[in-house]
Amino acid sequence: MSDLIVSTVAQGLLWSVMAIGLYLTFRTLLIADLSVEGTFPLGAAVAAVLLDEKHSPATAIFAAGIAGMLAGAVTGLLHTKLKIPALLAGILTMIALYSVNLRVMGKANLSLLNTDTVYTSLAFLNLSPNMTTFVVGLIIAVLIPVLLYMFFGTEIGMALRATGNNPQMIRAMGVNTDNMLLLGLVISNGLVAVAGAFIAQNNGFADVGMGVGTIVIGLASVIIGEVLFGSKSVKNSLISVVLGSIVYRIVIAVVLYLGMPPNDLKLFTAILVAIALSLPLFKAKWDSRKVGVKCYE
Amino acid sequence: MLRNLRQKKMIALAVGAILTMGVFAGCGGEKKEAGSEKAKVYQIGVLQMVQHGALDDSNKGFVDGLASKGYKDGANIKIDQQNAQGDQSNLKTISQRFVNNKVDLIFAIATPAAQIVANETRTIPIVGAAIVDYKTAKLVQSNEKPGGNVTGTTNYNPPKRQIDLALKLFPNAKTVGALYTSSELNAQLQVKAMKEYAAEKGLTVIEATVSNVNDIQQAAQSLLGKADFIYCPTDNNLASAMSNVAKITVPAKMPVFVGDETMVKTGGTAGISVNFYKLGFQAGEMAADILSGKSKTADMPIGSQAEVKVIINKEAAKAIGLIIPEELMKEAK
Repeated sequence: MSDLIVSTVAQGLLWSVMAIGLYLTFRTLLIADLSVEGTFPLGAAVAAVLLDEKHSPATAIFAAGIAGMLAGAVTGLLHTKLKIPALLAGILTMIALYSVNLRVMGKANLSLLNTDTVYTSLAFLNLSPNMTTFVVGLIIAVLIPVLLYMFFGTEIGMALRATGNNPQMIRAMGVNTDNMLLLGLVISNGLVAVAGAFIAQNNGFADVGMGVGTIVIGLASVIIGEVLFGSKSVKNSLISVVLGSIVYRIVIAVVLYLGMPPNDLKLFTAILVAIALSLPLFKAKWDSRKVGVKCYE
Repeated sequence: MLRNLRQKKMIALAVGAILTMGVFAGCGGEKKEAGSEKAKVYQIGVLQMVQHGALDDSNKGFVDGLASKGYKDGANIKIDQQNAQGDQSNLKTISQRFVNNKVDLIFAIATPAAQIVANETRTIPIVGAAIVDYKTAKLVQSNEKPGGNVTGTTNYNPPKRQIDLALKLFPNAKTVGALYTSSELNAQLQVKAMKEYAAEKGLTVIEATVSNVNDIQQAAQSLLGKADFIYCPTDNNLASAMSNVAKITVPAKMPVFVGDETMVKTGGTAGISVNFYKLGFQAGEMAADILSGKSKTADMPIGSQAEVKVIINKEAAKAIGLIIPEELMKEAK
């Protein structure tokens, strides 16, 4: 039983990197970036090919991040230079990446069973596979938010956040908002590709179909995190996203455990996200009612 | 502070939910111990990648294969049926559930499903089906002697058979069009083998790939007038949309040769078929031998279908004006 908790939380930690990438575009730049459904398997594909050729896991993950950044730049350029709406630009990159991913791997599915990965490199710790995943997940789920938090504290990071918040104001201060959007998409997709690299190594294969449904997983994690754990400040938000990702995995594990037909899982996810999105409204109503009661007393 | 309190409550709730599950699981466990004077009930996890005809057939065959050797669901085995609906992050969750429930055997249908469980456990025996090439997927060391905890049956159907059949019916054919899904390793491997054989026979190959069912009509259209006949491998996407292909090929009098019985029934012209139900049945028999301790996965060679049969869709053949030789008619069904 405890093993199931460890493995579920470990999955949540691994997926949180992708959720943070989505948080960056969805919450700070206010665009829903669909290119992640292509960059996620792109990161997986690049990492898998390099690992298959006996390169070190560090090289593979680094290369995956670079590839993701390039893909993000494509979306950014389509959006800022060619003035294609963000949603469409993301979709275009996503479908283009399908072909790119096939080219990268040379086939639809590349197995990593019995290949050295970031997880096997921790063999000296003598942990169970689930614990190893947990340790790796913990490291990246702490390291990446911390780095991002530090970045948000810099002048460029502030400008990036302001771009989503108040574009007029930041333009008046002489910041080029287009460049900020481009930068945001580059970082976001780099993170998503890195997440893809970690997940593929954990699954034991990279597959071109890996990206299907990732945007929903990421957005659900972001929203559940915000609703349950708040979004008062940047620090608070980043922690919320990581926790939201873990809660999402726990919820899925629980419903499967309780015997929900897997066919209904997608419907359930949609309902879950809808509820999470509407909770603040209900909360506001509830609070105002409580205040009203107090007045009459 | 209040905010923190709420957060703590939420975390407590989540943890509480898990613990409650643990209690339920615990109850289940106790029940088993109570019935320990009865024979052991084996737990079997079935993980199917996605829902469609051929994979459903494998699944049904597996359950029947187990039953044929005396392992009946609900009596001496308990089968936990799970389907990932094509979402690979579900595969992981489900396979972890199997490993944590300490099932005695896992049946994995389709390549990614088998890869994910093989990565999750090195000890629980895994039997696969609807997997073309176990070695390329790194599931086994070799097909004759797997050497690990994975074995199963392969639906590999040498494309040579389809090409030979096509050449028997169309001796003057010069060009073959390959129609398949670019994202399926199984389909790619078959087309690669087909191209090698076609080269031997002096045929030119034109490829048309699709990424999902929506591209199929256009891809089929692109082969009209260029190819003398179309070859389709056993491919999940095309299996679900063969009638779509027929819409394009039948009016154009273009014959389509396939490698799966259901694909002939739904619009293919003819094919040499493997039968997914039978392959699933065979996997079920293998699983029974593993459960009874008769054999070990490491030494069980990957099974394949021994007898294949020619299947001709007589209506489709008539519609494209194809005259089938008497001898073929006899062996076909």
